[in-house]
Amino acid sequence: MRYLELFFAFLKVGCFAFGGAYGAIPLIRDVVLVHGWLNEETLTYMIAVSESTPGPIMVNLATYVGSTQAGFFGAAAATLGVILPSFVIILFITAALNRTLKNRYVQAILRGVKPCVIGIILATGIWMIVENCLIGADGAGVDRKAAGITLFLIVVSAGYKRIFKKKLSPVMLIVIAAAAGVIVYGG
Amino acid sequence: MSGISELFFTFAKIGLFTFGGGYAMISVIENECVDKKKWITHDEMMDITVIAESTPGPIAINCATFVGYKMAGFAGAVFATLGVVAPSFAIIYLISIFLDNFLEIALVADAFQGIKAAVGILILNAAVNMMKKMKKTAWTGTVMLCSLACMLLINIFSWNFSSISLMVIAAAASLICFTAQDLRSKESGKK
Repeated sequence: MRYLELFFAFLKVGCFAFGGAYGAIPLIRDVVLVHGWLNEETLTYMIAVSESTPGPIMVNLATYVGSTQAGFFGAAAATLGVILPSFVIILFITAALNRTLKNRYVQAILRGVKPCVIGIILATGIWMIVENCLIGADGAGVDRKAAGITLFLIVVSAGYKRIFKKKLSPVMLIVIAAAAGVIVYGG
Repeated sequence: MSGISELFFTFAKIGLFTFGGGYAMISVIENECVDKKKWITHDEMMDITVIAESTPGPIAINCATFVGYKMAGFAGAVFATLGVVAPSFAIIYLISIFLDNFLEIALVADAFQGIKAAVGILILNAAVNMMKKMKKTAWTGTVMLCSLACMLLINIFSWNFSSISLMVIAAAASLICFTAQDLRSKESGKK
């Protein structure tokens, strides 16, 4: 019944993942930590891997979790779960000619959900940065190396934006972070 | 049948060449489906972007389903969606088999220690971008700050409260406020 569990867990993610990939990350984090499918560390690795490989991040994460938990069919079950809600909703909307979305009550609901999602993503980002810079689960001290890399990356991405007037691509940021990791931890 | 296989392969190409998902994908889809193949118009592309933003799920899936359905009905929607998913599914499936061995290499492990710092920044960046695009009213600002505070508390104290419950509460609160406002304005209209 592993397959069903994976399918329904990711179906839930697919149903509530407003705001694209990053909206899904807090939800996926909930699901995989509660089920014990991934630990915080592997999840962070996989977010970076998903960001550096093609395709929707949500699909990448679902495929990975499914595959590590229950092989190929687990991957298929989780992926199907995460894409099914948007597939069905779009079919419905296309058939119903957009009227649903223009409904005032649907609009009212969205006015609450959208800012809520942004708040959740903000909190998740802040928390992941803080947690990464602390030593141990209880936050006994500051991990100087991790804090240093974090500060360095913030300066680099802000500086890049100022100088070149465009954003540093996520893949580039990950590459720079990887190089910094090799230098700081390898040396 | 050729139409359906063309849908599948076009969306497989889109799936294979877009990194970072989401908004990066929209421009590629526009280039392929509007400019090159003329499957949908610019206006339809705008519509689907708005719809994708207000519905859950990966934006790429939303677009693929929409274009596929327009071109070839239900079967078209199925094959376009499968097409856009197939490349990432195959790549991640391979990675999942090798990741553990891969992480045992010291150099890779060091690199991933650095990458961990980048992921939080990427997430924060995405949130800030969404915040900039959000329609700013007293209501949306309040909801955002409340959910930010709740989510931080949940994380700090490891409370067992899912983010989905937060979203349901926000939706309900928003609906109640709207309905109340609606009733009040109707009543004052009567007088």
